[in-house]
Amino acid sequence: MTATVPNPTAAASDIAPGALAASTAPATGTAPTTGLVPATATVTAPLSFDAPGSMSISDVSCYYGSHLAVADVSLEIPGRAVTAFIGPSGCGKSTLLRAINRMHEVIPSARAEGTISLDGVDLYAKGVDPVAVRSKVGMVFQKPNPFPAMSIKDNVLAGLIIKGQRPRASAADELVERCLTRAHLWDEVKDRLRKPGDSLSGGQQQRLCIARAIAVQPDVVLMDEPCSALDPISTLAIEELMRDLARDYTVVVVTHNMAQANRISDITAFFSLASAGQPGRLIESGPTGDIFSAPKVIATRDYIDGRFG
Amino acid sequence: MSIAELVKGGERTASGRGDAVTTLAASKPSPARRAKNALATGAVVAAVVLTAVPLTLVIWAAIRRGSERLDLTLFTHSMRGVVGAGGGLLHALTGTLLITAATAAIAIPLGLSTAIYLTEYGSGGRLAAITRRAVDIMVSIPSIVAGLAAYALFSLLLGPGTRSGLAGAVALAMIMIPVVVRSSEEVLRLVPADLREAGLALGSPKWRVIRKIVLPTALPGLTAGAVLGVARIIGETAPLLLVAGFTDAMNYNLAEGRMATLPVFIYTQWSSKGLDTAAYDQRAWAGALVLMAVVVVLQLAARALPPQIAKIRRNR
Amino acid sequence: MTDSRVAVSGGPAGRRSYGERVFSGSMKGAAIAVALILVGVLVFLAAKGGPAFGDGEGDLPAHATNFLALALPLAFGSVWVAVVALLFAALPAIGVALAATIYAPSARFGRFLGAVLDLLAAVPSVVFGLWGLKVLAPAMVPLFEWLHAKLGWLPFFSGDPSVTGRTVLTASVVVAVMILPIMAAMCRESFALTPPALIEAAYALGATRWEMVRSAVLPVARSGIVAGGMLGLGRALGETMAVAMVLSATPDLISFNVISSENPSTIAAFIASTFPESTGSRVNALIALGLVLFGISLLVSIAGRRIAKKGAQA
Repeated sequence: MTATVPNPTAAASDIAPGALAASTAPATGTAPTTGLVPATATVTAPLSFDAPGSMSISDVSCYYGSHLAVADVSLEIPGRAVTAFIGPSGCGKSTLLRAINRMHEVIPSARAEGTISLDGVDLYAKGVDPVAVRSKVGMVFQKPNPFPAMSIKDNVLAGLIIKGQRPRASAADELVERCLTRAHLWDEVKDRLRKPGDSLSGGQQQRLCIARAIAVQPDVVLMDEPCSALDPISTLAIEELMRDLARDYTVVVVTHNMAQANRISDITAFFSLASAGQPGRLIESGPTGDIFSAPKVIATRDYIDGRFG
Repeated sequence: MSIAELVKGGERTASGRGDAVTTLAASKPSPARRAKNALATGAVVAAVVLTAVPLTLVIWAAIRRGSERLDLTLFTHSMRGVVGAGGGLLHALTGTLLITAATAAIAIPLGLSTAIYLTEYGSGGRLAAITRRAVDIMVSIPSIVAGLAAYALFSLLLGPGTRSGLAGAVALAMIMIPVVVRSSEEVLRLVPADLREAGLALGSPKWRVIRKIVLPTALPGLTAGAVLGVARIIGETAPLLLVAGFTDAMNYNLAEGRMATLPVFIYTQWSSKGLDTAAYDQRAWAGALVLMAVVVVLQLAARALPPQIAKIRRNR
Repeated sequence: MTDSRVAVSGGPAGRRSYGERVFSGSMKGAAIAVALILVGVLVFLAAKGGPAFGDGEGDLPAHATNFLALALPLAFGSVWVAVVALLFAALPAIGVALAATIYAPSARFGRFLGAVLDLLAAVPSVVFGLWGLKVLAPAMVPLFEWLHAKLGWLPFFSGDPSVTGRTVLTASVVVAVMILPIMAAMCRESFALTPPALIEAAYALGATRWEMVRSAVLPVARSGIVAGGMLGLGRALGETMAVAMVLSATPDLISFNVISSENPSTIAAFIASTFPESTGSRVNALIALGLVLFGISLLVSIAGRRIAKKGAQA
């Protein structure tokens, strides 16, 4: 696979806040990933936009009724890597994330325009079933939300149970163990798989939700501020897990915590909005090291330095 | 009295005195204010007593008078051929069970499905608005009017004067449906939206998320609502008096013939008594005791269920 | 890579939409059915009861000469009994709702009181009827005599008092007990909505508990209390068995006397006690009376909802 990273960022670094729409076409330059990823990151393979699970977002706008929440976002997401969305509240990063697996349109009157493709398949093409999209692009939510009426085991199997495809006992046990192990939770819960899903601690619940998401074998796992409701120790566990997941899945994570984005992500995309009520836009994206050490746009630097607003 | 008046009063007191001690003394409630407060407290206590007394008296009367005839014959015999003492309410108990089961079989699926439509599919739409309004109006239908409507329906279909257990069930279903719709809708709204989203995000179609996630999560509350709906109709008398009629004998066939029920049994033991009036009164009270016991059991059963829903809400 | 291509746009879409269509279609069908049931109720009642509005002497029960002569005294009786019951029930309902919320010494007591009210609401009306007839009515007779002796100059208590106790006053007391729980439940709900900040503000100004209730709780809850009253009134209008059993009625009488042995009847009680022995056009007349009762209840419940909605907006 190729070892090059197209750098889909704005060229000018002196863009005024009013002209935030400057996210232009990708591939203006190349930069090797080695050395750009933070030390804690354990990237084994070089970043690739051809790797399985790569996504391409082009000219995506999201609406709530007539309100434009996200405008004209174009972004390449490398497969088998962690991409972080950062930015101030209301900048539309969560909305865009939900648009990726077509959860955005679950909200009445909400809709999205543009093209989002996974491995070259347009997820918004005519005839594409949003339900099928969500089997390929899983999601973990801000608050851990295990199903309270199901046991821990059934929570892992939930994706199959809901679809009426509960596997046979042995296959089920194997799948549950594999997913819980993958979610770094097996050792903690293997003796109480029959307990209700909400009997676990917050951090454990979130890892259970991750196990639930990967049990349907998605290519991509979206995470919407997965640690914001957790304590620091649970947060650390989830962060390690995210890095680990990136070996097999494309991970896209929305976070408010810039240190976290710096620690775990390979690519960082910074979103912002000109003022309240204005649509959110992609300001800058690129290898995480570049964004944090040498942002090209003033707005990005201000935000990273804590001078936003 | 409003907050503003209270503030004004406070200011007057404060500005009238100098130091803090006298202010404190002066703002101690005057005897008149304290008396009013005590009077109000007394009135609230009296209201509680006024509520508890009739309930206690009714239960006491049912137990004391009802136990006079609470014997085995009561549960093993109908009133067939009985003119004086003896006899039982087996036919009425059977009829109540049959008609209540038939009512539940109509009202629970229909009411629950309607509630699912209102919460999961139709919210904000025209049909939902119309259905909600219809449910509001159905709640205010007096039960005897529901009985008349069922009578009118069955006499249009099968000719005038028809009486059957099924007609009774239809009348009771009109009363029970709005109860089930409202309680189910309330419970379904308590199911957190993020559980629905989590289900959808697993790539499941909406109807399966509703069946496998939303309904199981809401099950305790839905059950409690259904049980309360049953408790609401099991004591209904007037509609059954009109359309199920009354008989002294057993009738297992819902579709045909008059069918006795417990409430109507109580009423008729009083209204059309024979020569041995004491025997009829005793049977009426015994029926009342049995009916009260059924209602209390249903209430307790419903009460034992909801905390699980409360737990779900707390954890979110 | 091709996996996702197949899964995303392949076969499952068709199967899914079939299940989804069947399920959502059934739910929608149920919602339509419920709306249609109401339409059906009105149509059936009108079809069977409609002709009776023009009926004359001989076709109507209680020897009435025309439908109005039949319906008017009964409608009066319904409203009269319901209003008197509402008067009895209003203050205790508010009081017991306060006891369950503001005055409750503990949350447990509040829940206990709630259970008592639920149980009271669940007592079947035929049991209340039996109790009112056999226990309450005889016990009320001395009170009637006392009222007649002391307040006989009022039209409500003039004339010879009933010796059986089966009067409007007794019936109203029974109905009051029956509608008390539903009114209390509405009051309880609106009291619980009082913003805690308002309660604390009143206390911080040195208000006694009663002054706090008057200044903070009752004004906020006013529309809820009135709506609860309307709900209770609607229930009282439709109450059938208790009234039919307790009241010793003369169907064509209009009288405000509440302790007499001659009492007006109510629509619901009249239907219940006459229907089993009626046939032909008389049944139609009773169904028409049911329409009238439905109309009155509907007006009351619409008024109640209006008031509640206005309160919710304020």
